[in-house]
Amino acid sequence: MSRIELKNIDKFYGSNHVLRNINLTIEDGDFMTLLGPSGCGKTTTLRVVSGLEKPQNGIMTIDGEEMINADLAYYAEPSKRGLNLVFQSYALWPHMTVYNNISFGLKIQKMSHDEIDRRVMDSLKMMRIDMYKDRYPTELSGGQQQRVAIARAVASSPKLLLLDEPLSNLDAKLRIDMRAELQRLHKELGTTIIYVTHDQVEALTMSTKIALFKAGELNQVATPMELYNNPIDLEAADFIGNPRINLISGRAEMKGGELVVKSELGGHTFSAEHLTNEQKPASGEFDCVLAVRPEQIIISRESVEGALPVKVYASQPAGSETIVTLKAGEEEFLSKEIGQVHYEIDQQVWAIIDQDKINVYNKETTRLIKRAV
Amino acid sequence: MAKKDLPRKPLTKTRLKNLILNVLRNPFNMIVLVSLIVLFCLIVIPLLTMIKSTFTLAEGELRRMPGHQAGEFTMYYWWYMAVSNMSKAVLWKPLLNSFVCGFFTTLISVPLGSVLAWLMIRTDIPGKKLLGILVTVPYMIPSWTKALAWLAVFRTPTSGANGFLTGLGIPIPDVLAYGPVAIVLCMSMHYYAFSYIQVSGALRSINSELEEMGEIQGANKAQILRHITLPLILPSVLSALVMTVSKSIGTYGVAANLGNRIGYYTLATRMRVFIDQGPQSVGYAMSIVLVGLAALILMSNQKAIGVRKSYATVGGKGGRSTLMPLGAAKKPMMAFLSIFLFLAMVMPFFVLIMETFQITTGAGYGMDNLTLYNWIGTVDEAQKYTNYPGIFRHDEFWSAFKNTVKLTLIGSIITAICGQFLGYISSRGRGKWYGNLTEQLVFVPYLMSGVAFSTMYFSMFSIPHLGGLIPSLYGTFTLIVLTSVVKHFPFASRSGTANMLSISVELEEAADIAGASFWKRMSSIIIPLAKNGFISGFMLTFISIAKELDLIIIMMTPTTRTMSFLAFTYSQEGYNQMSDAISVCVLLFILVCYIVANKVGGADIGKSW
Repeated sequence: MSRIELKNIDKFYGSNHVLRNINLTIEDGDFMTLLGPSGCGKTTTLRVVSGLEKPQNGIMTIDGEEMINADLAYYAEPSKRGLNLVFQSYALWPHMTVYNNISFGLKIQKMSHDEIDRRVMDSLKMMRIDMYKDRYPTELSGGQQQRVAIARAVASSPKLLLLDEPLSNLDAKLRIDMRAELQRLHKELGTTIIYVTHDQVEALTMSTKIALFKAGELNQVATPMELYNNPIDLEAADFIGNPRINLISGRAEMKGGELVVKSELGGHTFSAEHLTNEQKPASGEFDCVLAVRPEQIIISRESVEGALPVKVYASQPAGSETIVTLKAGEEEFLSKEIGQVHYEIDQQVWAIIDQDKINVYNKETTRLIKRAV
Repeated sequence: MAKKDLPRKPLTKTRLKNLILNVLRNPFNMIVLVSLIVLFCLIVIPLLTMIKSTFTLAEGELRRMPGHQAGEFTMYYWWYMAVSNMSKAVLWKPLLNSFVCGFFTTLISVPLGSVLAWLMIRTDIPGKKLLGILVTVPYMIPSWTKALAWLAVFRTPTSGANGFLTGLGIPIPDVLAYGPVAIVLCMSMHYYAFSYIQVSGALRSINSELEEMGEIQGANKAQILRHITLPLILPSVLSALVMTVSKSIGTYGVAANLGNRIGYYTLATRMRVFIDQGPQSVGYAMSIVLVGLAALILMSNQKAIGVRKSYATVGGKGGRSTLMPLGAAKKPMMAFLSIFLFLAMVMPFFVLIMETFQITTGAGYGMDNLTLYNWIGTVDEAQKYTNYPGIFRHDEFWSAFKNTVKLTLIGSIITAICGQFLGYISSRGRGKWYGNLTEQLVFVPYLMSGVAFSTMYFSMFSIPHLGGLIPSLYGTFTLIVLTSVVKHFPFASRSGTANMLSISVELEEAADIAGASFWKRMSSIIIPLAKNGFISGFMLTFISIAKELDLIIIMMTPTTRTMSFLAFTYSQEGYNQMSDAISVCVLLFILVCYIVANKVGGADIGKSW
């Protein structure tokens, strides 16, 4: 239960600037996910919070208490920060049994024998692995090792739990099970969690907030749905969502406070209230990019008022959903329809697009200039 | 923004205090600091001291250079060695001899070792398990023992006694018995193991699918070998080649046993003459030449292989390996292997062992020529003129035996512990300045042949330093242990690094987060996990020190003699049977240790140098 504040954190490896002026506040009880492609600095941020890395610049506080002050060269030891960490590799000590792996840290804290035993068994039971307490890590499956690693981290009742890509070594089915498990854990413990992943589905499904990283910088901090509906730039838009978002180039112009856009999707006029403060030319035409989520494109077999006539380029039924590739002029885009639908190749259909759901980006700055509602 | 563009932080009192505390609170920093200082004292300072002494006039040369004072700067030693009218005998002839021996040894041993490796790993030659053991055994046998075995077979009356063949009435020319031919053949029988170990490692890591792809493309066996297999193992072959050249140039034991009696000197043997008889600084200068040569050869290797090294272990992915049927070539290949093993191992060691039971060497194995005198005889039963009782009744032998056990035990324990520590520092400091510096410092002893290295220590510690803070260790057991320990640093720390790299840093970090202090992490995490690697590293160092002769030969005094030195002395004095008997003891000692190491610690000779 704690509030973490990172201010102006800079981290260098040699001359390599891996964290660039990170400012991030994690509220008490948040499930904060640090999301981004590999090498973007998310794991480094986690290690800075844990105390395993020392940033060259910046301040970090936990519950108002200073843990890092680079100006004073002050770095609190990891064990003094009231947190615990689950490593990507689990880092279970192979020469200790499951029980000893969990009790190791508690023994160092000089807890009484009974207290240790109670805590170890509690955390083992919570992760439903109490029957394996006398096994060695090598005698467990990947999923069971994962549970031991989490049990070890929560046994010390940390105020802050750090998880570094904990699910990346599990197979697809186990991953879904563990996602549910982690969400439940967050509810039960009420602990603040910082979770690192490159998997957007994990981020969207579990977190209360997502911090999206881009090349060592924080790109966007938002709730999962806000991040999904209004990615702050083209890169974020492209990174989030599966199948990927449709990007269609067009021309835009500001007319009387409204944004007028022309593209293969037709002409649109967006009112001022949905525009962002991002920089755009005040007058004259400029290049823009329209972004529409595939599920926002509805296909009609008959002509509908305001719908866009398009041709079916390909159709991929996948059981629960069907992905249809449509073609309007030279632009190709995807539509996602729930259920099993059949279209002929080159069939003439009509695409219904709710203009409120369209994002518009300034092509030059790549930033979001019109929000979806 | 670059790092240097960060605004400079004002150095306040708190900041300074925290900066100092950050360094002091972490015991790892202290360990790194202490290790670097120790390495500096043990490696850099001795090297500089030796170099300096070659430019400093010693007392002994004053009579040749009147009007000068001891301690003056001088080029006399280098002049004497390289350009004076003595230089041909001092430096150039021995240097040429060293090159000739090194060249031909490499020419024989690298192809031999590579072909053996290919036969054993890649073909369906029968009896692999037994052959595999027999092929690696020669590596465990000290090279000077091989020289003694050679003498047992080929000795001629030139050195006072008959060998096995002369005894049979076969006239053996001195050219074959002693000198370059003998040295080259003996060293080849030893150093082919380098190539065997290196190349078999590389061959094992090549996926045979690469070869099968060639077969599908229509290449025949010779083409596959030439265009696919050979290029892939080339880096290993090259590095084996370099190791063989640099080792064989610096080898002392073989060259001394087979060359000295006919006045054939290599750089290493000539150097010892100077160390023993003076002027010592000429000897030191020669050893610097040896170090320079080794460094040059190794660096050229790094340059040549460099990038290519990376594919030395290519394709370990599938790891499937299909054996190449030898077909009609199977029988000739088997014959080749059998003859090789017979000539290289069975016969010489049979002759060597039998000689220990003979009264007169080379006089056959008739009952009238057999005796146990060399093992358990007393002086009064001597049937021939000899001053010594049989080795088991001779105090000298038992003292040497004790010294050997003591040296190997103490030396290898210290080496192995240091190796793990250094390995910890290099592995945790990968890419950081102290990690790289440690690795480089530790590598220096590898550049030096045993004789050159001990010469350096000899020169460093024969006089007290720092006003007696480092006392003169001349002739002490401590000096021998110290030399053995530091000389084996490269190997020990390499095995330590490999061991420590296998322990993920995250295991330590997890303990750190759990609140374990540095020492707690060491005792609860690192040491328990490093145990197995430690035992195997220890056993291999143990064997390596046990067979050592070159390294300790110039430091021997009557009280510190080891078995290998005693065997060498006896052989020089002409007590061939007793010398043989001692080498048989050394052999047994090493074999027993290796078998124990292999069974208990899983030690593999293939990982040794």
